[in-house]
Amino acid sequence: MNKILSKKKLSAEVFRMVIEAPEIAEARKPGQFIILQMGGDFNERIPLTIADANAKEGSITLIFQAVGETTHRLAMLEVGDEIENLLGPLGKPTDIENFGKVVCVGGGIGVAPLHPIVQGMKAAGNEVKVIMGARTKDLIIMEEEMRSIADEVIICTDDGSYGQKALVTVPLKELCETWKPDCVVIIGPPIMMKFAALTTKPYGIHTIVSLNTIMIDGTGMCGGCRVSIGGKTKFVCVDGPEFDGHLVDWDNMLLRLGTYKSKEQEAHHKCHIGLHITEGEA
Amino acid sequence: RGQIPMQEMPTQDPSVRVTNMQEVALGYTDSQVRAEALRCLQCKNKPCIQGCPVSIDIPGFIAEAAKGNYEKSVDIIKQSSLLPSICGRVCPQESQCQKYCTVGKIYKDVDQSVSIGRIERFVADYARENGCETIPPVAPETGKKVAIVGTGPAGIAAAADLRREGHTVVMFEALHKAGGVLVYGIPEFRLPKKIVQHELDNLKEMGVEIRRNYLVGKTRKISDLMEKDGFDAVFVGSGAGLPKFMGIEGENYIGVFSANEYLTRSNLMKAYSIGDSLTPLYDSKKVAVFGGGNVAMDAARTAKRLGAEEVSIVYRRTEFEMPARKEEVGHAKEEGVNFMFLHAPLEIVANEQGRVNGVKLIACELGESDASGRRSPVEIPGSEKLYDFDTVIVAIGNASNPLIKATTDGIEVDRRGNFIVNEDTCETTLPGVYAGGDIVLGAATVILAMGQGRKAAKAMNEYLSTK
Ligand SMILES: Cc1cc2nc3c(=O)[nH]c(=O)nc-3n(C[C@H](O)[C@H](O)[C@H](O)COP(=O)(O)OP(=O)(O)OC[C@H]3O[C@@H](n4cnc5c(N)ncnc54)[C@H](O)[C@@H]3O)c2cc1C
Ligand SMILES: Cc1cc2nc3c(=O)[nH]c(=O)nc-3n(C[C@H](O)[C@H](O)[C@H](O)COP(=O)(O)OP(=O)(O)OC[C@H]3O[C@@H](n4cnc5c(N)ncnc54)[C@H](O)[C@@H]3O)c2cc1C
Ligand code: SF4
Ligand code: SF4
Ligand code: FES
Ligand SMILES: [Mg+2]
Repeated sequence: MNKILSKKKLSAEVFRMVIEAPEIAEARKPGQFIILQMGGDFNERIPLTIADANAKEGSITLIFQAVGETTHRLAMLEVGDEIENLLGPLGKPTDIENFGKVVCVGGGIGVAPLHPIVQGMKAAGNEVKVIMGARTKDLIIMEEEMRSIADEVIICTDDGSYGQKALVTVPLKELCETWKPDCVVIIGPPIMMKFAALTTKPYGIHTIVSLNTIMIDGTGMCGGCRVSIGGKTKFVCVDGPEFDGHLVDWDNMLLRLGTYKSKEQEAHHKCHIGLHITEGEA
Repeated sequence: RGQIPMQEMPTQDPSVRVTNMQEVALGYTDSQVRAEALRCLQCKNKPCIQGCPVSIDIPGFIAEAAKGNYEKSVDIIKQSSLLPSICGRVCPQESQCQKYCTVGKIYKDVDQSVSIGRIERFVADYARENGCETIPPVAPETGKKVAIVGTGPAGIAAAADLRREGHTVVMFEALHKAGGVLVYGIPEFRLPKKIVQHELDNLKEMGVEIRRNYLVGKTRKISDLMEKDGFDAVFVGSGAGLPKFMGIEGENYIGVFSANEYLTRSNLMKAYSIGDSLTPLYDSKKVAVFGGGNVAMDAARTAKRLGAEEVSIVYRRTEFEMPARKEEVGHAKEEGVNFMFLHAPLEIVANEQGRVNGVKLIACELGESDASGRRSPVEIPGSEKLYDFDTVIVAIGNASNPLIKATTDGIEVDRRGNFIVNEDTCETTLPGVYAGGDIVLGAATVILAMGQGRKAAKAMNEYLSTK
């Protein structure tokens, strides 16, 4: 059993939970994730990145956005509650080395999984610049944490309510031109990762993305998480989640993410009614 | 005896059972099991036993069943098999014990053999339902600790035999439910999950600890279990859970699933309980299942139950070469599953949204026999045709799960990724680490996995007694 040790609402839809999980805390490395299932026969399994961990305390930190039924149910749990099933750490750790100059790009909730990578890259001796993007100011998370590690933090919002009114690709392109990074790490909504990877491509910069395909087991057993990388089928849960952003078949991946869209929307709607949550609020 | 007709198994009516997930085969009645048991000739040379991978004393348990001594009957089985209510249901009897039965030989028809599996199932169910099963006694604690990786039939069998000797036994399971393929793969309508749960409960009663949500190799490596956590020996029964794809065009379109994914959604995640389960299912009208084994039959019959209007098995050879259990093929036919024999998939096509809307198949004919002795399919040039399907389930087999090998130094595998073990002891190339079941045999059967689990446990008990 995995007890929730603390819970904090970071923005309208984003939550941070610290959860007791000593073995995972000890084994995990940046870039890895867990799969959780909230007990019983009928709950689904969902993957979430390990945003941070404290091996001494035996805890891991999850940061998640309440986007649908399961993440809403998770958000309803309180300190002291248990998450019955928690499996991890899964996936391969990020390839952290001394590249020289690294740009880390985080979109929306992607900033959370980016955080341990920024830490790791910095610790490996890199100069690190961070670009963070969100729809609006309220959805910018972990700004302070990022500022305390990175050499520079650039913020973009779609509506211009904070930082530059731009997509992350605008400052990214500028940095590619002027700062000439040796490596770019991008984590965020798939559509953002696609365009950010396209941005770095002409410069031939080594580009790492972290894919968030639909998963069930997370152990390589079902193949539901598969993507095409450079024409070869790979399982994101065991071969990834990180891949060379220039080799991903983004269009296929984006399509596959929508496999159950209509059902999820229905469930999401029902769950807002069932759990008495107003739209836009978790 | 020769006059007694073979007792047919009562089943749910096909038109009813395609609307539910309950068990199809209902099991013999008391009078049926006795009648069927009386058909056994009690052959002196016991030819049936050579067909059973764990050499159950078949005439012995059948003789007791004929007398109505069901408890005694099941005790005889339990000397060799730990999971009779499961194997009685899922063993490919027609190619094992029943293949060698004298009665079948007399009729020159294996279908007329004594229904060994059905009798086995009856007496095992009887013992379970009437609470007259004996939980094996456990020897005094030895202080030795054994880790079992995986809770499928191989792990279950090994755990029972190791615990009996008084060792501390901890089972590690990656998923949130224990039982392996018996729980996530084989559907409820063929193997009720409460039967598997009962076996796991028996293990717990014996004092075996089952730790779910623990992926050995990731949560902790085998070397850590042995060096830091004090396990004296490890048994790996991690199965063959790596789905194979064909590498044809269109395999990643929306609506193409591995059988593992399809069955896991339905069984493990209970998506068949529509409205209750949060795991979504794909809406399918016309389903093509590629493959001809048990996995393909299970996927096809599950698709029917989940509401598909048309389900077709696409198989490259003919019915004769199909590896699936005969009973399942028969049941699938009764349930209205189509069979497209001698057809091979070439390409999957989709609409603008990337959703499957057709499959290109090519007709085949049988050519020369291949290494496995089966005649291999040869494509007929120019016979390609596009068929209407909105869902494809790929059930062409599973390969060994590579995770343990990748995270454990010293374990050697063959070119298929199967663990290399000593045939007599099931010990791997890493001392103290044993393995059995699908991870050694490739995708095989429940009874073989169980047999290997027991063989390994025997060797491990010897190993631990000298340690
Ligand atoms: C490796 C990995 C790491 C992730 N890390 C984080 C994280 O740190 N924080 C975070 O907020 N989100 C993360 N996600 C995404 C998160 O898993 C989904 O938001 C969540 O599953 C949605 O579930 P739901 O029932 O609330 O929403 P739903 O309404 O059911 O789904 C919303 C969307 O989420 C995706 N999704 C649905 N089910 C799954 C599933 N079983 N597996 C993966 N994606 C699914 C689909 O694209 C779907 O359209 C990660 C995903 C992956 C693959
Ligand atoms: C759909 C389907 C239908 C079948 N039908 C039949 C049939 O009718 N008759 C028959 O005899 N056989 C049948 N089989 C085959 C049979 O189920 C297998 O041969 C048998 O289950 C193998 O047993 P096992 O113990 O080796 O592994 P499995 O049953 O595969 O169990 C392995 C377990 O180990 C876990 N695991 C894997 N890696 C790790 C790890 N690193 N750490 C922790 N846990 C791990 C897995 O999650 C799994 O639960 C069928 C198989 C399938 C898929
Ligand atoms: S275990 Fe299988 S092969 Fe052996 S007797 Fe029973 S049904 Fe036949
Ligand atoms: S071969 Fe058939 S008839 Fe003979 S002992 Fe075995 S089950 Fe009975
Ligand atoms: S989630 Fe099942 S193989 Fe990756
Ligand atoms: Mg969901």
